[in-house]
Amino acid sequence: MIELDNVGYSYGGGELLGDVSVQLAPGSFHFLTGPSGAGKTTLLKLCYGALQPTAGQVRVFDEDMRKLDRDQMALMRRRIGVVHQDCRFLDHLPLSENIALPLLVSGKDLNGEEENLRELMKWVGLAPRADALPPELSGGERQRAALARAVIMSPDVVIADEPTGNVDWEMSQRLLQLLVELNRMGKTVLIASHDLGLIRAAKSQVQARVLRISNRRLQLAGADL
Amino acid sequence: MSAGTIRSLLMGDKQADRVVPPTGFTARLTLFVSGAMAFLAVFALALSLASGRLADRWADELARSATLRINAPADQMADQTMMALEILRQTPGVAEARALTAEEQTALLSPWFGPNLPIDTLPVPQLIEVRETDEGYDQAGLRLRLSAEVPGAVLDDHTRWRDPLVAAATSLRRLALVSILLIGGATAAMITLAANAALAANAQVIEVLRLVGARDRFIASAFVRRFTLRALIGSSVGVVLGMGGVLLLPEASQEGGFLTGLGFRGVGWLLPLAVPIMGAAVAFAATWAAAHRTLKELT
Ligand SMILES: Nc1ncnc2c1ncn2[C@@H]1O[C@H](COP(=O)(O)OP(=O)(O)OP(=O)(O)O)[C@@H](O)[C@H]1O
Ligand SMILES: [Mg+2]
Repeated sequence: MIELDNVGYSYGGGELLGDVSVQLAPGSFHFLTGPSGAGKTTLLKLCYGALQPTAGQVRVFDEDMRKLDRDQMALMRRRIGVVHQDCRFLDHLPLSENIALPLLVSGKDLNGEEENLRELMKWVGLAPRADALPPELSGGERQRAALARAVIMSPDVVIADEPTGNVDWEMSQRLLQLLVELNRMGKTVLIASHDLGLIRAAKSQVQARVLRISNRRLQLAGADL
Repeated sequence: MSAGTIRSLLMGDKQADRVVPPTGFTARLTLFVSGAMAFLAVFALALSLASGRLADRWADELARSATLRINAPADQMADQTMMALEILRQTPGVAEARALTAEEQTALLSPWFGPNLPIDTLPVPQLIEVRETDEGYDQAGLRLRLSAEVPGAVLDDHTRWRDPLVAAATSLRRLALVSILLIGGATAAMITLAANAALAANAQVIEVLRLVGARDRFIASAFVRRFTLRALIGSSVGVVLGMGGVLLLPEASQEGGFLTGLGFRGVGWLLPLAVPIMGAAVAFAATWAAAHRTLKELT
């Protein structure tokens, strides 16, 4: 699905990531962990094309990311649901429309998806807040909304950056449940998180692999978790 | 850009339009600017059409015509007139020569002296209208012959004052056309500024749309539709007001000379209706270009 081949990245200063090679196979479940500032968000951005690597090659759906034009990039993003660390919404539209936004921009029939949308909002516990504007939401509510928006298109890959950073244990279990469920449906999942408890909980439910960034390199963490 | 692209850009749907928050202030400014520009464009158009007509008329009416004026004591007037007409008839290149009647002369003079002019009691010169053939006549030769045989005759060739008038009307028309071009350019510039402001103000909206997989065309069209519609509405209002203003201009009249008749004539009235369409097209192109410049810088 997503393949990084000797990828390196620097924001202009020194090298932040180097020699990163990893393959996210279809249906796999990966965690990405590492200290704050290690480059987790950066690595995820390389995976969905928000950043282009300064070295090496990123392949998404068997295509060289560098060769995609802007329209192809947009189409690729419809197949990758992303939960950003700083969840951004359209602040003037109610939550339900924000969650349905990927459907709108890809020209789907919104009326046909209404049931789907309601179900999804119930899943993330936001049904009562459907008409609220994003700035009126709590941090945790925003994260849940971002997850709902990321999966509404039923994407092939779900990438989540600290999706449980602002929610309590019970809610984080629910969100994890949703991601595990998606994974069982065959989606590829990649989650950046420092929440070791969450990772442990996930490992009891799916075969999750843990990648760790340390010293600018990406390593496969052993069974020490 | 294909016709299909343009159609889908303009049609869009209500829901897709909502992704960009409404901006009251830029909207009103765009409406005002395109209205004002359309208003000015109507006047420039009227001026260009009228000066074109004027140039044609002057060139046409005054070309190939001259006036022979005979100043003579009252008792010799008839003789000299006869003589002059005879000479003119013999001159090759003169198509027609005709002495104006007393009524015609009164009509010519009445704007200056009033209708009750007792013309027969005044020493008014007799006027003879001369029309040339296409080849024209030998002016120097005619003058020589007239001065010898009809001492009171003065040949007044119209080209002398026709040329500067036609030149003036022609350059007036050129100025009006340049004004129309400038108005179009200024509209494009102002819509570009407004569109850039709107794009900058909505940077986060654009980023979010891009992240959830919106294509450039989707994002651009949300802005393009807005500005095109505003320009269309604004310039329609401007054109209606401008045409109302032109309608209020005085009718073309003999007394008013070239200052009247500045309005539109016949099918000319349809021409200003093209202004809103041009305005919308300019807004479309300007916003499209601005949106694409902005979007190119995003991932
Ligand atoms: N746009 C940018 N320009 C320059 N430097 C940046 C930029 N974005 C991030 N960095 C730097 O790159 C490093 C890695 O950032 P990144 O956001 O990938 O870390 P992270 O592992 O996601 O951290 P956290 O766990 O706190 O979210 C940080 O030192 C950060 O300061
Ligand atoms: Mg991060």
